Amino acid sequence: MESKAAVTMKNITKTFGSVVANEKVNLEINKGEILALLGENGSGKTTLMNMLSGIYFPDEGQIFINGKEEVIASPKDAYELGIGMVHQHFKLVDVLTAAENITLGQQGKLNLKETTAKIKEICDKYGFDVDPNKKIYDMSVSEKQTVEIVKVLYRGANILILDEPTAVLTPQETEKLFHVMRNMKEDGKAIVIITHKMHEVEAISDRVAVLRKGQYIGDMMTKDTNAAEMTNMMVGRTVSLNIKREKPVDPKPRIKVEHLTVKSEEGIVKLDDVSFTANSGEILGIAGISGCGQKELLEAIAGLQKAENGSVTFISDEKATELLGMDPRKIADMGVTLSFVPEDRLGMGLVGNMDLTNNMLLRSFRKGKSFFADRKAPKELAETIVEDLEVVTPGITTPVRRLSGGNVQKVLVGREISSAPTVLLTAYAVRGLDINSAYTIYDLINQQKEKGVAVIFVGEDLDVLLELSDRILVLCGGKVSGIVDGPTADKNQVGMMMTQIGGQNNG
Amino acid sequence: MIDLVSFIPRAVVQGIPLLYGCTGEILTEKSGNLNLGIPGVMYVGAISGVIGSFFYEQSCGGNINGFFAIAIPMLCCLIGSLLMGLLYCFLTVTLRANQNVTGLAMTTFGVGFGNFFGGSLIKLSGSEVPSIALSATSSCFSKSLPFAGKLGAFGKLFLSYGFLAYLAIVIALVCSYVMKKTRVGLHLRAVGESPNTADAAGINVIRYKYVSTCLGCMIAGLGGLYYVMDYACGVWSNDAFGDRGWLAIALVIFTIWRPNVGIFSSILFGGLYILYLYIPTGMDHMELKEIYKMIPYVVTLIVLILTSMRNKRENQPPESLGLGYFREER
Amino acid sequence: MAKTENREPFIHISKRDVLPWYKSVGIRAIAIIAALIVCAIVTMVLTGDNPISIYAAIFKGAFGSSRKTWVTLQNMSILLLISLALTPAFKMRFWNIGGEGQVLIGGLAAAACMICLGGKLPNAVLIPIMVVASIAAGAFWAFIPAFLKAKWNTNETLSTLMMNYIGIQLVAFFTVVWEVPKGSGKIGIINQNGNEGWLPQIAGSKYLLTIIVAVVVTIAMFIYLNYSKHGYELTVVGESEQTARYVGIKVPKVIIRTMLLSGAICGLVGLLLVAGINHTITTTITDGQGFTAVMVSWMAKFNPIFMIFASFLIVFLNRGAGEISTAFGLNHSFSDILTGIILFFIIGCEFFITYKINFRKKNGKEEKAS
Repeated sequence: MESKAAVTMKNITKTFGSVVANEKVNLEINKGEILALLGENGSGKTTLMNMLSGIYFPDEGQIFINGKEEVIASPKDAYELGIGMVHQHFKLVDVLTAAENITLGQQGKLNLKETTAKIKEICDKYGFDVDPNKKIYDMSVSEKQTVEIVKVLYRGANILILDEPTAVLTPQETEKLFHVMRNMKEDGKAIVIITHKMHEVEAISDRVAVLRKGQYIGDMMTKDTNAAEMTNMMVGRTVSLNIKREKPVDPKPRIKVEHLTVKSEEGIVKLDDVSFTANSGEILGIAGISGCGQKELLEAIAGLQKAENGSVTFISDEKATELLGMDPRKIADMGVTLSFVPEDRLGMGLVGNMDLTNNMLLRSFRKGKSFFADRKAPKELAETIVEDLEVVTPGITTPVRRLSGGNVQKVLVGREISSAPTVLLTAYAVRGLDINSAYTIYDLINQQKEKGVAVIFVGEDLDVLLELSDRILVLCGGKVSGIVDGPTADKNQVGMMMTQIGGQNNG
Repeated sequence: MIDLVSFIPRAVVQGIPLLYGCTGEILTEKSGNLNLGIPGVMYVGAISGVIGSFFYEQSCGGNINGFFAIAIPMLCCLIGSLLMGLLYCFLTVTLRANQNVTGLAMTTFGVGFGNFFGGSLIKLSGSEVPSIALSATSSCFSKSLPFAGKLGAFGKLFLSYGFLAYLAIVIALVCSYVMKKTRVGLHLRAVGESPNTADAAGINVIRYKYVSTCLGCMIAGLGGLYYVMDYACGVWSNDAFGDRGWLAIALVIFTIWRPNVGIFSSILFGGLYILYLYIPTGMDHMELKEIYKMIPYVVTLIVLILTSMRNKRENQPPESLGLGYFREER
Repeated sequence: MAKTENREPFIHISKRDVLPWYKSVGIRAIAIIAALIVCAIVTMVLTGDNPISIYAAIFKGAFGSSRKTWVTLQNMSILLLISLALTPAFKMRFWNIGGEGQVLIGGLAAAACMICLGGKLPNAVLIPIMVVASIAAGAFWAFIPAFLKAKWNTNETLSTLMMNYIGIQLVAFFTVVWEVPKGSGKIGIINQNGNEGWLPQIAGSKYLLTIIVAVVVTIAMFIYLNYSKHGYELTVVGESEQTARYVGIKVPKVIIRTMLLSGAICGLVGLLLVAGINHTITTTITDGQGFTAVMVSWMAKFNPIFMIFASFLIVFLNRGAGEISTAFGLNHSFSDILTGIILFFIIGCEFFITYKINFRKKNGKEEKAS
């Protein structure tokens, strides 16, 4: 076994401030093997691999490469040790060609002919299909990814890390990728693929290692396990959180989404024929692996996202209103009080450099015919929020960027619910929050539900979704995988639905 | 009909300072630094050369050695403009100051520096001469090949210039080659387009920004030197250099960041600059010459608009142009 | 600078949270004092005079007589006005360095009215027409780059720069068209005999009008930026276009509206320069103040009240340096050198306000320092 291990990570710990991303993780990566690194969002997979590729430096622990202890302080060190990582966000210069990007940062005389020849050689060897003279901006996402992988191989990497490579690929492209991955494995390379798609793990990996909440749970040979067991290890046993859940009172359809299809700017289908109804007085949880269309779904409802097809209808007691194709201002002008707590709190929901009062003003500055903005009401609102939600801040004139994550979120949620909305959209409302702040947010959301608001709650922690939601809509790759009843839902079942349409093992 | 044989050489000598400034600024902008201090740098380059040669001429009476007469002003010019480049880099790269503000401050300072020493050099050095007229030095700079005059129109069109004119073209060609064909050029382009990516690939972003900006300033400084030593025959007069520095920045846009295109465009701009002398406006319509002078700027603006409309990626300014780079902000 | 080659960089630079106001003021004060010392040393080297008398000469140049004081205040008002004009654009992160051109075009419009309509209309009609024409002309000059930015995202730094030179040539063109006498290349004093279109003197002072306008615009701009809905919108656009869209602010509309305002005030400055102060127009009437104003506005962190101090500092030095150069028979560009030095120090000191430097000890622990 000793000679087979390309990488051995021992007792790796990494913290960011008070958040423990990895805690005493042990991991072995073998030559000639494809290892799937499995775990939910935020379980520390990417952080762990970033330490291997020199982006982060571990707080504790040791890394052995081919049996020798090494210090990896920069991406350059990693390259020199033959470690190459393909990130989710490609590191490519758009106006350069594939060949130019691949040779970027190398030493020696620039000889693009030679580079091109070597790229061709690599492509032939492993079955890639890449045009070295094509500019990156002309490329599809999958082509860009191929360039990244070729770049890594070009530099002589023997240990390849692919961070969720299939998230951006079509099934056909994924199949192509798997084909070359198998070829690389045959060539004796050690490959790590980060993913949370069960059928992919089964299709490609030899061995699977599972992380949960920063901790190493275990590993097993893929052929000896099955999707159910892996899901179990990944999500863990159901943890009771004691989040209050009242029975919805008199739910009525409020938001009706029909056949909604959204494409990203690059032309990738982000939402595919999504239909559902959100009721008043009810929390509709949205579960799914990150990047499965949650962001696009909420933004389409909030008037921030163009749709290819479909409709979003707001139904009030009197009439139905089409929301698609309108901007947030028009939606508000039509009398639809829609509140939105976006994922990017300081980049979208709030202005980091402005103080609390001015951030309250974002929603209300248009009020009144006066030329001047009324700051009296926002100031009072800011004071109320600070008091009611126990926001820790030196004062309401402090820029929100200086508050901690939990307090920023209280400010944002506090503002959004202050307008007495009929629909409340929240995206990852408790991400990065401490326990107490998280419970404050749950309470606030529950209060809204009791007031008859239709709440759409996009979450990532299944335990929370299971305890908070009345119904859970599961997204998988932009499609509706299914809608389950909250109180009776089974965590493993939801987990399976997140990774496979309908939750059936059809891979 | 315009007399091309007399027009083109004049357009060329007008164009050469622009070409220096343009090549220097392209080099700088390719690293992501928008140096609006180029007009100031060109003034500093010119006056540094003037100061060097002034003292050299003063110290050796009328007998100047041709080599020193060229080497001393050139060295002074390069040092002066290098210092300006270092100042810009220190402020914008190391101290991460705003590039626009720093550049404008450098232009204020540089133009002031040039005019101040141009106007006060004689008094400060306590010398007796009535004005700065470095005709001896100038004759070394503007010396053309001895047989150029005998070759008629061909000689006049291609061989009648001082060596700095040819050097400008050589530098532009070399820059063009380096940017397109060499690894250093590839890395430089990557730094200007996406410093994060370049950094991740192990390229020393800060060093590239420093070196290219300083080299760019030195090249631009030579433009100032050419103007005063060759074009103006060694006579310094305040503000005579005018807005050529800004025209050089305009030229950068016009050439869509390509130094080799700069060679022809600078001559074209130089031609437009003096076109009014050749188009007979008559004494009644002297005002039209001001309209002709406007053409380079209007054309540049149109090029800028067209490139942003067509949105073709190669023709855009370097993506990180004007933005500072701070690794931890990625 | 962090040495990237080292495994554990010795110096580590990180962004500060926020500095207490007295510290940030302190850092700037130290920078200005250091700059003044360097200026004095430079002056000493060039003139051989002692520093005390240099400072005395600077002060005398700015405030030596009541006329000098008035001129200082007037120049300061003009610089302040242009800075104020550029500020809303900068706050929106729109780099309007086209102040020079916008002022000139405003002035050109005023001059055109004076020349073409002077004598045909009474001042009571002519002056309001000039006011409208100047403001409209300046706004139009600013509208072009704003439209290009909103429509095609054309780089505004470069387009406003080009607009400056197109404006300058336009003025040069009309200077020749209107030159008096023919062939002189100058317009000379317009309507010298009848004073048609000259802005009125206030309380018998020819300086007061500009100063009053500056005071009014400063207060108005302060209120506009801090209390109006427009001011709020443009700040949000400057901070984050994403947030602006999230709350339904139409970004292109805000860009164009803000630049129209910016250009309008520049146009007004052009009117003051042509019809109030110089009574003529030349291509150099703005004297580079469109560029200086960029720096003033930036130094003042886009705060109209701080801008008063920043423009005072620049004009004070300028006038003082003028005095020194006259006294020692030096060139008047001396003031540009001193201005440059002050600017470099202030630009540089921002770093110490925004960032903090941590010196890392061998064991990897960081020690705080600033």
